[in-house]
Amino acid sequence: MSSASTVPVTEVAEAGDVVTPRDGRPPNAPKNAFWKHRSLYLMILPGVAYFLVFKYLPMGGLVIAFQNYLPFLGFTGSEWVGLDHFVRLFTEDTFFVLLRNTLVISALLLLFAFPMPIVLALLLNEVRTRFFKKTVQTIVYLPHFMSWVIIVSIFYVMLSIDGGSINNLIVASGGEAIPFLTDPDWLRPMYVFQEIWRGTGWGTIVYLAAITAVDEQLYEAAELDGAGRLRQTWHITLPAIRPTIIVMLILSIGDIMELGFEHMFLVMNSLNREVAEIFDTYVYTAGIQNGQLGYAAAVGLFKGLVGLILVVLANRSAKKFGEEGVY
Amino acid sequence: MSTSTAAATTSRSGRQRRPTAGRRAFQVINFVVLGGFALVCLVPFLNIIGSSLATPGELTRRAFVIIPETFTLDAYRYVLSTPTVFRAMGVSAFVTIVGTFVSLVLTSLMAYALSKKYLRGRRLVNFLVVFTMLFSGGMIPTFIVVKELGLIDSLWALILPVAINAFNLVIMRSFFQSIPESLEEAARIDGCSDLGVFVRIVLPLSLASIATIGLFYAVSYWNTYQSAILYINSSDKWPIQVLLRQIVIVASGLNADANVVDVVPPAQSIKMAVIVVATAPMLILYPFIQRYFVKGALLGSVKG
Repeated sequence: MSSASTVPVTEVAEAGDVVTPRDGRPPNAPKNAFWKHRSLYLMILPGVAYFLVFKYLPMGGLVIAFQNYLPFLGFTGSEWVGLDHFVRLFTEDTFFVLLRNTLVISALLLLFAFPMPIVLALLLNEVRTRFFKKTVQTIVYLPHFMSWVIIVSIFYVMLSIDGGSINNLIVASGGEAIPFLTDPDWLRPMYVFQEIWRGTGWGTIVYLAAITAVDEQLYEAAELDGAGRLRQTWHITLPAIRPTIIVMLILSIGDIMELGFEHMFLVMNSLNREVAEIFDTYVYTAGIQNGQLGYAAAVGLFKGLVGLILVVLANRSAKKFGEEGVY
Repeated sequence: MSTSTAAATTSRSGRQRRPTAGRRAFQVINFVVLGGFALVCLVPFLNIIGSSLATPGELTRRAFVIIPETFTLDAYRYVLSTPTVFRAMGVSAFVTIVGTFVSLVLTSLMAYALSKKYLRGRRLVNFLVVFTMLFSGGMIPTFIVVKELGLIDSLWALILPVAINAFNLVIMRSFFQSIPESLEEAARIDGCSDLGVFVRIVLPLSLASIATIGLFYAVSYWNTYQSAILYINSSDKWPIQVLLRQIVIVASGLNADANVVDVVPPAQSIKMAVIVVATAPMLILYPFIQRYFVKGALLGSVKG
């Protein structure tokens, strides 16, 4: 880029149109926004194609939820069955098992996993030793980078009934080995613990950032008024990060139906399936493993619609209470 | 612990104050709680790494191994002598490198175009992107689309369906928006086209944030699991995550699949070694990744 040559061009360009001379069109021809920005449209094209093919085409493909879809007949040739799949879903006992399992785990996550990053961020904020704070942060962020396969595998070998180190410790201290991996009663605690283990440290980042933004003068004023650290936290820090907490809560509520496929699929087995099967895994079981594609798509559509409604409602109620929403 | 209490004398506002007894007690408790939580995060890793280096005899004798009494690399020798682990690592490496490249090109081109307020149709495309964050066709219709495209059992099935992450796109778009328009204007006056401005001005200015997004993508490609079990049938195209589950979970006889594979369960130390091998790339990159990741997570918290 030779900046020296720009000076005369600038004057010309400001008088007329910046780009038209390079279009090969007369300088005073009417502007065509699409032609003028054709390279921008070229840049956006592959991305738009991606979203159309891999996001919107599947959305259109949800029509199979109303069809007795058979792969060799395709979308157009398969028989229409109306709401049969949904009727089947809502009348089968499985539906209530799925709903119960999904809601119980979601409730446990909201109750135990959701507050953890807030608490940890507040505690980290009280640490005055920089080195200690940095070290703790480095360690607690680590599990976030691990795939669910790695995390479940690690806990798998540790919790195994024969030779797992946790059960070794239990036996060594006089207890009886606990079948964590197969006992249906242990599935939920184990699942929630793994979620906390993986997500808590990472979850603190957004809260720590919000805490940093709090005006120092507020603390000084509170200190002059004789407020201790606990009261400062309660009356200054927590109200200051409330919008962040609300946003995170909206996101969590939107995910109540969508626990995620991988984690549950990995901890589920034939012995704990009755409490482990959730909508996400059931779509896989019914659709991919049992080949009922239309029915599985209906289950997925139901889950997705409820999730969409939940996000919209949570967002609306947040705005009603005077908070900023997610969108 | 003396350092933490000494530091506690400096109040938030930076003035020197004598800590009260309650304050001092809180600092100690806080130190213990945070240290404890960090240990809970760290110990499983140490236990796995330690056990993978211990002899089978020691593993049956000792309850909880962190530092083995006698180090042995036997488990690793065995794991790395089988072609399966190597092949799976190779598949994962391929998907990670090619996938990250494809994702970065598509995401940055689209994000740059969307960052231009004067681009007609921008609002519509933005809406289409954000809507996919709220609702999606789901597993089954996506599976059918991938199948109809003939991508089943191709490694491209692990890349193309997840090539652009809407969240990363929004982060990048708001980053491009923060670049002063005057810089680009100068280049445009010089006769640069939009693409030229992007390649010569915008990209060099955005290397740090592109690196951040690239790492986001790389980690998610390395961790690919769901797409692999949906779209990959032949076991010689399995990425390491699928192989890992096969060795550690399925081979133990407890699996979510209906078809039980009858194989001798691998020895404890072998499983541990495979876990370490699959985790190693993340662990090695971690100190480098962490800095960018935190930055990226904060970029994401800014509303676009």
